[in-house]
Amino acid sequence: MSEYNFNNSDKDGYVLEIKDLEVIYETDLETVHAVNNVSFSVRAGETFGLVGETGAGKTTTALSILRLLPDRTGKVTKGEIFFNGENLLELSDEVMRKEINGERVSMIFQDPMTSLNPIMNVGEQIYEALKYHNPEKKTKEELEKRVEETLELVGIPKKRKNEYPHQFSGGMKQRVIIAIALACKPELLIADEPTTALDVTIQAQVLAMMSELNEKLGTATILITHDLGVVANMCDDAAVMYAGELVELGTVEDIFESEDHHPYTVGLFGSIPNLDEERERLQPIEGLMPDPTALPFGCHFQDRCPYCFDRCINEHPQLLKLSDTHSIRCHLFSDKALEVNHD
Amino acid sequence: MTEATHKDTPLVEVIDLSKYFSIGRKSELHAVDKVSFAIDKGKTLGIVGESGCGKSTLGRTILRLLEPTSGQILFEGEDITKYSKTRMRQLRRTMQIIFQDPYASLNPRKTVADIISQPLIVNNIFDSKDKLAERVAELMEIVGLATRLSDAYPHELDGGRRQRIGVARALALRPKFIVCDEPVSALDVSIQAQILNLLMDLQDDMGLTYMFITHDLSVVKHISDEICVMYLGQIVEKSSSRDLFKNPLHPYTQMLLSAILAPNLSRRKTKKGIVHGEVTSPIDPTPGCRFAPRCDYRMEICTKADPEFREVEPNHYVACYKVEQDLGLDSYISGNQNETGI
Ligand SMILES: Nc1ncnc2c1ncn2[C@@H]1O[C@H](COP(=O)(O)OP(=O)(O)OP(=O)(O)O)[C@@H](O)[C@H]1O
Ligand SMILES: Nc1ncnc2c1ncn2[C@@H]1O[C@H](COP(=O)(O)OP(=O)(O)O)[C@@H](O)[C@H]1O
Ligand code: SF4
Ligand code: SF4
Ligand SMILES: [Mg+2]
Ligand SMILES: [Mg+2]
Repeated sequence: MSEYNFNNSDKDGYVLEIKDLEVIYETDLETVHAVNNVSFSVRAGETFGLVGETGAGKTTTALSILRLLPDRTGKVTKGEIFFNGENLLELSDEVMRKEINGERVSMIFQDPMTSLNPIMNVGEQIYEALKYHNPEKKTKEELEKRVEETLELVGIPKKRKNEYPHQFSGGMKQRVIIAIALACKPELLIADEPTTALDVTIQAQVLAMMSELNEKLGTATILITHDLGVVANMCDDAAVMYAGELVELGTVEDIFESEDHHPYTVGLFGSIPNLDEERERLQPIEGLMPDPTALPFGCHFQDRCPYCFDRCINEHPQLLKLSDTHSIRCHLFSDKALEVNHD
Repeated sequence: MTEATHKDTPLVEVIDLSKYFSIGRKSELHAVDKVSFAIDKGKTLGIVGESGCGKSTLGRTILRLLEPTSGQILFEGEDITKYSKTRMRQLRRTMQIIFQDPYASLNPRKTVADIISQPLIVNNIFDSKDKLAERVAELMEIVGLATRLSDAYPHELDGGRRQRIGVARALALRPKFIVCDEPVSALDVSIQAQILNLLMDLQDDMGLTYMFITHDLSVVKHISDEICVMYLGQIVEKSSSRDLFKNPLHPYTQMLLSAILAPNLSRRKTKKGIVHGEVTSPIDPTPGCRFAPRCDYRMEICTKADPEFREVEPNHYVACYKVEQDLGLDSYISGNQNETGI
């Protein structure tokens, strides 16, 4: 890690600490338990990877940090979210809007198509973001030059700055959004599947830009992705999320090199096509995630787990600590555990 | 024509196909530029390339959802480029598309059953409601959707199930050819694998022919028999799937393969595959290799005229002067030199 420009992270160097977060979506008909007892923290200059299949609760976790859950239905029912020591859940909407969102915390949303303004050309949209975050008081000409540089950084020729979003392909729109989020130089960057629509060379470029923010400014990053290659190459720590819970948490060494894994993590690795093998069937994890309106009593993974035994149905597994950094939520490891992180 | 004469005719063939978009008053964006290839019946042709290189435009143009600027499209040996709208509508039963975005491509106000039956109703396939319902139920079973979901709305389903609706809708009219435009890119790995397996099973069962568009190299390798690598509207390399990964020849393909992030810690945070050099704009491009500004092997000749797309090894096609030199082939310069009046 290098020197940071942001010096207000707390004594352990945590920019973000989430403790026992619980989020529900409530309608007249049902209650979705989207996030259950999630705790993790991210240090300045580091990248935290959040992995898991659709509906696991990754986006909901991210939206809770920014307090952007849907008004009437989404509710944080428990927990704390500390941003540089300050509990974001206790701030007023106005402070959140004016001082935190887009100012000190930026988010790259999962669905790029909806976050660009369709009637403003892409150059103007980047210009607006740069103008708003302009501590050096750059002139209009300097900012316009910066717009062109920013476009080229994400691999889009500068002469396309006057085009509108509908004239760009899906991946190109995503690159414009990334360029805008990075232009804000945030203390915390939350990137929800930022490179899923991008090819490998552009992905490399975007990830390099994010690493640069980590190194030069000490930006802390939460990287939500289902690409384990991205996690292996970008993250310091990572967690695997399943049915609203963290089922495995550790450093990338723990996740990629340890012998011990949650059965779901093992399944995730088995379902990636392998470039070194010939055409064959993939080994997806059979079945689907349990209905979040009616989560099973015991282990949330019981229906799909090849190792499921009696205890898994009768007792909800706790997050077991196997080492200082590595935890797994599974009864198979109860003999190996150092201590239990009680939920 | 009899079956026999059809035997060696590719199911789909495109010859010098181009699609340009007008930008501003005088400019043209060359989204697809003189692309040629053929797909044999029952096979999968993969199209890879970076975002914005023209993959979706190519797929849509082949189905004539976009009108080609020039070139020809042959389906079962017949030139369909000039088919009228009505004839095209007939033909489109046999040519379908599964879209890139399972979220945006389904009407949010229609139920699952409505969406799947829509092509059947539009084309008046059944005269009775019962037969229609029967076929919808059959399609849902084929793609692995529980029948209890027939009255659900798309937003109530997860991405994987939504993409299964897209697949069922594409299969409704018993097509021969399906353009799959990034059908799994918006899904996560565990669900990607389920959909890829489904598509491969359907191909075996129904003899389907696919054009499979993706930017994901491990997916394309997994599913394709042959692969075309696209760069800024042009195909720069084409070969069998196995050959492409074992023996990539074009400098862009080599760069793509070296930028893959493996799911292990061996090459962590080495700044590899980082793009350098300006990316060429597809608007009014000048003659010469489009990859030249980013290419480590660029020579003077590269920016003079387009390199020829040619067979450099058996069934391995490349457009690159360096590859020609390395393999001791003469470069043929002509063609595009005066294209843009320079
Ligand atoms: N309606 C349009 N008007 C003008 N330009 C367009 C239009 N549609 C696409 N383009 C341009 O054509 C080029 C190819 O776009 P296309 O959508 O085919 O890319 P793609 O390869 O499918 O990318 P992605 O992987 O991001 O989906 C891009 O430069 C894009 O900006
Ligand atoms: N606005 C909403 N209203 C009701 N349920 C929702 C809403 N958004 C998400 N959910 C549900 O919450 C759970 C977690 O979703 P999400 O956070 O989007 O997961 P992920 O980002 O991991 O795919 C899912 O069961 C999803 O269906
Ligand atoms: S607790 Fe039981 S069901 Fe759950 S993952 Fe472990 S072995 Fe499988
Ligand atoms: S033609 Fe020249 S510039 Fe283009 S890829 Fe080959 S060597 Fe590189
Ligand atoms: Mg999400
Ligand atoms: Mg596309």
